Amino acid sequence: MSILIDKNTKVICQGFTGKQGSFHSEQAIAYGTKMVGGVTPGKGGQTHLGLPVFNTVQEAVRETGADASMIYVPAAFAADGILEAADAGIRVIACITEGIPVRDMINVKAAIRANGANLIGPNCPGLITPGECKIGIMPGFIHQPGTVGIVSRSGTLTYEAVWQTTQSGLGQSTCVGIGGDPIKGLDFIDCLAMFQADPGTSAIILVGEIGGSAEEAAAEYIQGHVSKPVAAYIAGLTAPSGKRMGHAGAIIAGGSGKAEDKIAALEKAGVVVAKSPAGMGAAIAEAIARR
Amino acid sequence: MNLHEYQAKAVLRDYGLATPRGVAIQAAAESAAAAETLGGHAWMIKAQIHAGGRGKAGGVKLCRSAAELATAAHALLGHRLTTYQNAPDGQPVLTLLVEETLPIARELYLSITVDRAAERIGLVASAAGGMEIEEVARTEPEKILHETVDPVTGLMDYQGRNLAFGLGLAGEQVAAFVKLAKTCYRIFIEKDLALLEINPLVVTEDGRILPLDCKMGLDDNALYRQKALAELADLSQIDPKEAEAHSHNVNYIALNGNIGCMVNGAGLAMATMDLIKLSGGMPANFLDVGGGATAQSVAQAFQIILADPNVKSVLINIFGGIVRCDLIAEGIIQAVREVGVQVPVVVRLEGTNADRGRELLAHSGLAIIAANDLNEAARLAVESAA
Repeated sequence: MSILIDKNTKVICQGFTGKQGSFHSEQAIAYGTKMVGGVTPGKGGQTHLGLPVFNTVQEAVRETGADASMIYVPAAFAADGILEAADAGIRVIACITEGIPVRDMINVKAAIRANGANLIGPNCPGLITPGECKIGIMPGFIHQPGTVGIVSRSGTLTYEAVWQTTQSGLGQSTCVGIGGDPIKGLDFIDCLAMFQADPGTSAIILVGEIGGSAEEAAAEYIQGHVSKPVAAYIAGLTAPSGKRMGHAGAIIAGGSGKAEDKIAALEKAGVVVAKSPAGMGAAIAEAIARR
Repeated sequence: MNLHEYQAKAVLRDYGLATPRGVAIQAAAESAAAAETLGGHAWMIKAQIHAGGRGKAGGVKLCRSAAELATAAHALLGHRLTTYQNAPDGQPVLTLLVEETLPIARELYLSITVDRAAERIGLVASAAGGMEIEEVARTEPEKILHETVDPVTGLMDYQGRNLAFGLGLAGEQVAAFVKLAKTCYRIFIEKDLALLEINPLVVTEDGRILPLDCKMGLDDNALYRQKALAELADLSQIDPKEAEAHSHNVNYIALNGNIGCMVNGAGLAMATMDLIKLSGGMPANFLDVGGGATAQSVAQAFQIILADPNVKSVLINIFGGIVRCDLIAEGIIQAVREVGVQVPVVVRLEGTNADRGRELLAHSGLAIIAANDLNEAARLAVESAA
C-alpha cells in the first residue's frame, strides 16, 4: 500500500520533449512507472521515447486516461501548466520546476483549492512509491519498498532519510517531497493525514527546515490526529536570521521560523527529533520502539 | 533583490502617490544645489543602504544650514555604515537622499508581504510607527492590524477602511489612506514585490499622509519580467563573494566560521552546517551547488570558498541523485589541481556511482580525505580545521 500513486497510476509528462522532461521520463520508464505519454504544445502527433505526444493535457487525458502528471516546463510557464493539468482532471500534479514567482503561486493556489487536485511542489523532487511508481527527479535505486512514509521540504535531504531507512531495512511506503517554496501544494498536514490513513505505512519521517510555521502546525496536527510513530529532522539550526538559505521559503524572519521552536513543538507532540541529519534512521527506529 | 529608499519612493510617485520632496545625490558638492531645489531652512539627509536601523547608526541627520548639509554629506559619502541589521563591516554609502522636513503629528506603520499561512498577500498596519514592527508585535500585539487579500478581488475598500479606522484616522484621512493602501497593493502585484514597507507612514500637522521611509524588495524569481526594476540592483550592497557566486548560479552566504562547505541541495547544505556545529566546529559559509552540480560548478564553488581567508578546511558533501558522484570526483580533482588548495579537503560522496567516485579520489595522488559517512565527514573537517 501507499499514498497518492501506485503501480496503476498512469503518468504523463508536461514539457515531455524538453531536455529535463526527456531525461526524467526515461528514468521513470526505466524504473517501471506506467508512463502513458506527454504534452508539448505544437508537437502533438509525434512519438517520443516510444510514447505519444499531445498538444494539450486535455487531449492526453482523453486518449490515455492519465491521472498523474509531472511538470518540467520553465518557471515562466509553470503556473499555466499546473492549472492546465488541474483543469483536465489530473488528480496528482507534481511540479518539479523551481523559481516560480510567488504571485503566480498565490493565484494557482486560489484556483486549485476549488478543483481538488493534489499539487506536489513546486520546486520539489517529486514523489515515489518504491518499486511501483516514480514521478520526479529522485534517484530510484536508493529506495526500497517498505513501511516508512517520508514527507520533506528538501530534495537531497529527503535522499538522506530514504537512504538511511533503506540501509536499516525498513524501506519506504511513499516519499513525498513537498518542496521548498513558501506557497505550495500539499503541505505536511495533508501528507500526515494520508500516511495515517494508509495501512501500508507504519511510521512517518518528517523532514523540515527553517522558515514559516508549517512544522509547528504539523506538530499540533500530530498531537491530535496521528497515532503512528513519527520521527523528524529540522535543518537550519545554524542559519543566520534574515538570509535566504537557497530555498525561497527558508528564511528566518523577525525571530519566527527558527529551528529551535520547530524542534520544541515536535518534541512536545511526542515526535522523536534527530539532532543530526545522519540520525534520521536511528530516530525512526527509536520512535517505533517507543510504541 | 532590494531597492534603495529613493528608488522605492520614485516607484510610489510613478503610481501617483505623494512622497516628501527629495533629491538623490552622489557627491557632497551636489548638496547645495539639492538644498536650493527643495527650498526651506532645514533638510533631512539619509544614507542609502540596503539595511534598516540607519537612524540609530548615524545614517540619517537633520541639517539646519547648507553648510551643515555639506558637512554631513561629506561625512557619510564613500564611507561604510554599520547598523544592527547588516554585517559588522557595514555597507558602503554611495548615494544620499536629501529631503524636505515635515511637521509630523503621528507616525504609523504599513507593510505588504506574503502571508504564508493564509497563502495570500497580507497587509499589516500599526499605530506604533517608527518602531521595529517585530518589537511592537512582541510587546503590544493589540496594536497590530491585519488584512489578507483574495487574489480574485484584490484589496477591497472595506479592508482599507478596517485598517484606517483601526489606526484612528478620521475624516478625509480615511479615504486618503484607503487610496494609499490600494495603490501600494497594486504596486506589490504589478512589480512582483516580496516586501513593501512604509515605516513610518506619517500624518503631518496639516493632515497629509506621507511615506517618510519606504522599503521595497522584489521577488527574485520574478526579475525576468521586471527588467526595469532589475536594472536598479546595487551590487555594492551585497557581500562581493555572494555577488560573485550569484553570477555563477551558486547559492552562497558568507558566515563567520572557518570550515568551508560545498553541498548539493539547500536542505542538505543547511543540515551540513548544523552537523559541523554539532561536531564542535563553525561553518564559514552556506554553499549550495544545486541539484544538478557539474565539474565546472564544483571548480567555481571551490574558488569562491577559498577566497575567504578564514577557511581552514573544506567539507564537500554530495548526495548524488541525478548528478553522478564520479563526475563530481573528477571536478574536485580538477579543481584541487587548478586552484592549488592549501587546506585539508574532506569529501563525503553518497548515491549514484559513489563507489567509483571514492576510488577516483583515493587514486588521485592528492591529499583528499575521504569520509565514509556524514558524521565522520563533519568530525574530520572539524579536526583538520583545528
